[in-house]
Amino acid sequence: MKGSQIIVECLKKEKVEVIFGYPGGVILPLCDALYDSGIRFILTRHEQGAAHAADGYARASGKVGVCLATSGPGATNLTTGIATAYMDSIPLIAITGQVATQLIGNDAFQEVDTTGISRPITKHNYLVKSTEHLSRVFKEAFFIARTGKPGPVLIDIPVDVQRGEADFVYPETIEIRSYKPVYHGHPLQIERALSLIDSSRQPLILAGGGVISANASEELRKFAEKTNIPVALTLMGLGSFPTEHPLHLGMVGMHGTRYGNNAIMETDLLIAIGCRFDDRVTGKISEFAPHAKIIHIDIDPASIGKNVPVEIPIVGDVKIVLSQMLKNCPKPKIKEWLEKIQQWKEKYPLAYKNTDGLKPQFVVETISELTQGEAIIATEVGQNQMWAAQYYKFKHPRTFITSGGLGTMGFGFPAAIGAQVARRDKIVIDIAGDGSIQMNIQELSTAVSEKIPVKVVILNNCHLGMVRQWQELFYNKRYAFTCLKGKQPDFVKIAEAYGAIGYRVTKKTELKKILTRALSHNDGPVFVDCHVEPEENVFPMVPAGASLKEMIGGLA
Amino acid sequence: MVEKNQHIISVTVENRSGVLARIAGLFSARGYNIDSLAVAETEDPTVSRMSIVVRGDEKILEQIYKQLNKLIDVIKVQDLTSEEHIERELVLLKVNTANSNIRNEIVQLVNIFRAKIVDVGRKSLTIELVGSRPKVEAMIDLMKGFGIKEITRTGRIAICREAGKEK
Repeated sequence: MKGSQIIVECLKKEKVEVIFGYPGGVILPLCDALYDSGIRFILTRHEQGAAHAADGYARASGKVGVCLATSGPGATNLTTGIATAYMDSIPLIAITGQVATQLIGNDAFQEVDTTGISRPITKHNYLVKSTEHLSRVFKEAFFIARTGKPGPVLIDIPVDVQRGEADFVYPETIEIRSYKPVYHGHPLQIERALSLIDSSRQPLILAGGGVISANASEELRKFAEKTNIPVALTLMGLGSFPTEHPLHLGMVGMHGTRYGNNAIMETDLLIAIGCRFDDRVTGKISEFAPHAKIIHIDIDPASIGKNVPVEIPIVGDVKIVLSQMLKNCPKPKIKEWLEKIQQWKEKYPLAYKNTDGLKPQFVVETISELTQGEAIIATEVGQNQMWAAQYYKFKHPRTFITSGGLGTMGFGFPAAIGAQVARRDKIVIDIAGDGSIQMNIQELSTAVSEKIPVKVVILNNCHLGMVRQWQELFYNKRYAFTCLKGKQPDFVKIAEAYGAIGYRVTKKTELKKILTRALSHNDGPVFVDCHVEPEENVFPMVPAGASLKEMIGGLA
Repeated sequence: MVEKNQHIISVTVENRSGVLARIAGLFSARGYNIDSLAVAETEDPTVSRMSIVVRGDEKILEQIYKQLNKLIDVIKVQDLTSEEHIERELVLLKVNTANSNIRNEIVQLVNIFRAKIVDVGRKSLTIELVGSRPKVEAMIDLMKGFGIKEITRTGRIAICREAGKEK
């Protein structure tokens, strides 16, 4: 069998339904084999879009996303998307073409050292040097991408390896002697954790993206309800616990809720589940959770004890560990603590000044109301991302798709396309900024030609808003390179030029009507260009490097 | 004479191309210092052993250990510093010999250190020395007095003591 055909068979064995990609010289044999393979190929208009779309597909479905590009610039264009997936532990397979083996190292046309470039941003990568190795490599790659702490795996395949001949035997099982993730929590550690929980008086759960990637939302809810311990979330954890749940404390960290951050500052036992204590979550690390002992449950031993000292480390799959803990769940005496938190919630609610102007927060709230928390929300990066995180009332895991770790502008739109491909039954909305949307706006063409009905709501404030906010607060209002007034394109016309539908909202009163109309379209993408108040800031806010108790802004 | 916070880590890895780059990349990306690194095949040709000398406090060492383990190609990581082990380094030293007196003096020192003279030039001697770090450092220090023309070192390698294991 030809190498290219072997690859197609491997993809079928791994139940790959769709590939996002862009063809090119040295990936042609594979493209040719894919042409009539039955596997859907979605041609993005930029390789970065392909990587983000595969990533969005993976986040929304829980399956492994697959993207494809040619060598050289194709591969380098994938890298931002691969790094984005790596930082957020998203299972991804990136297939790249490479120049013929005898040309490698000769500075051939469209040659780069793809495995070298992608080494620090992949969980693992391969340069396949022989057609015979293809099936083993694919088996390993999918296994590595989806198990343990998930992540992107890149497979670089020289053109002659795609053309070569070998027998196709797909290994049934795989054994990698140097890769043995631990899934079950150590019973003794779990026992110690449960006894600490039992004796705690002000415990707090901090749930992160690991809960979502382990599909452990149900276990988390049971655990919280059985113990009655309130749940704070990281940005990546949003959706893992329902917003409307009485124990929900919202997002914590730089733009977290005051009550959530207060709870961190006062808790005596922090139960961190599937999170890694990013600096955007902890603020000043030396003053983070000063009164707390920390129990840290994570699949990745290296995440434990990296940023904060941990009392009880539990290495394991969050879903399995929580199930183990549920068997013998204590109910600590925390009535006073819950009352205190309730008081904070009432005193410091997440709120903004709702004027007659069109406020970005109001736009997000309206989207939340119209979709009843059932939509999949993708975001770009910046203010749009934070407002979406703060004001959309998430109900389900895998419905908030955002670049948390790398903070990649231009992520949201292609990721939303991928998410919509995975979940045709859901409304998928990219909450975007006028800056970010232009970083991958070419994907409109993809969505139009594939009839992917993603809604893009642009919170258009004619600024690179988050940076402008920092300049206002910390750089004496010197708005270096962030004002786009009079320099923005007409987003409605852009949508129309691509064959999509475009709406513009300039008044608060017309928002609901237009959004309702936009949401009703189901045969292609829609842009909704919302001209929001340009000077609105994301509050509350912990300035970078400050402690979580030093929150500024907000109504309360 | 082990320097403070210095550790010798033994890492067994898959003997494949690119593995060294992964390890080196990990150290540079995370800002850890490598004092020396030696690598070669083991008794099993599919496995290589790297002996890496690093510096860092307990927290950094823990991260190095965990991050190394996270690499797919890493089979086992062992901090030998905390165990009974034997360390050796091989040094080749080219020393100036201005006259026969000096030459004699060097030969004596070489004997005392149980080193070997492996090349003799008209104005220089090349010495091969194998030893633990204190011995190597002492020899180098003494030779500095004569004028070292060139020096090349393998970096330290180490192996655990069987006696330590049997305890």
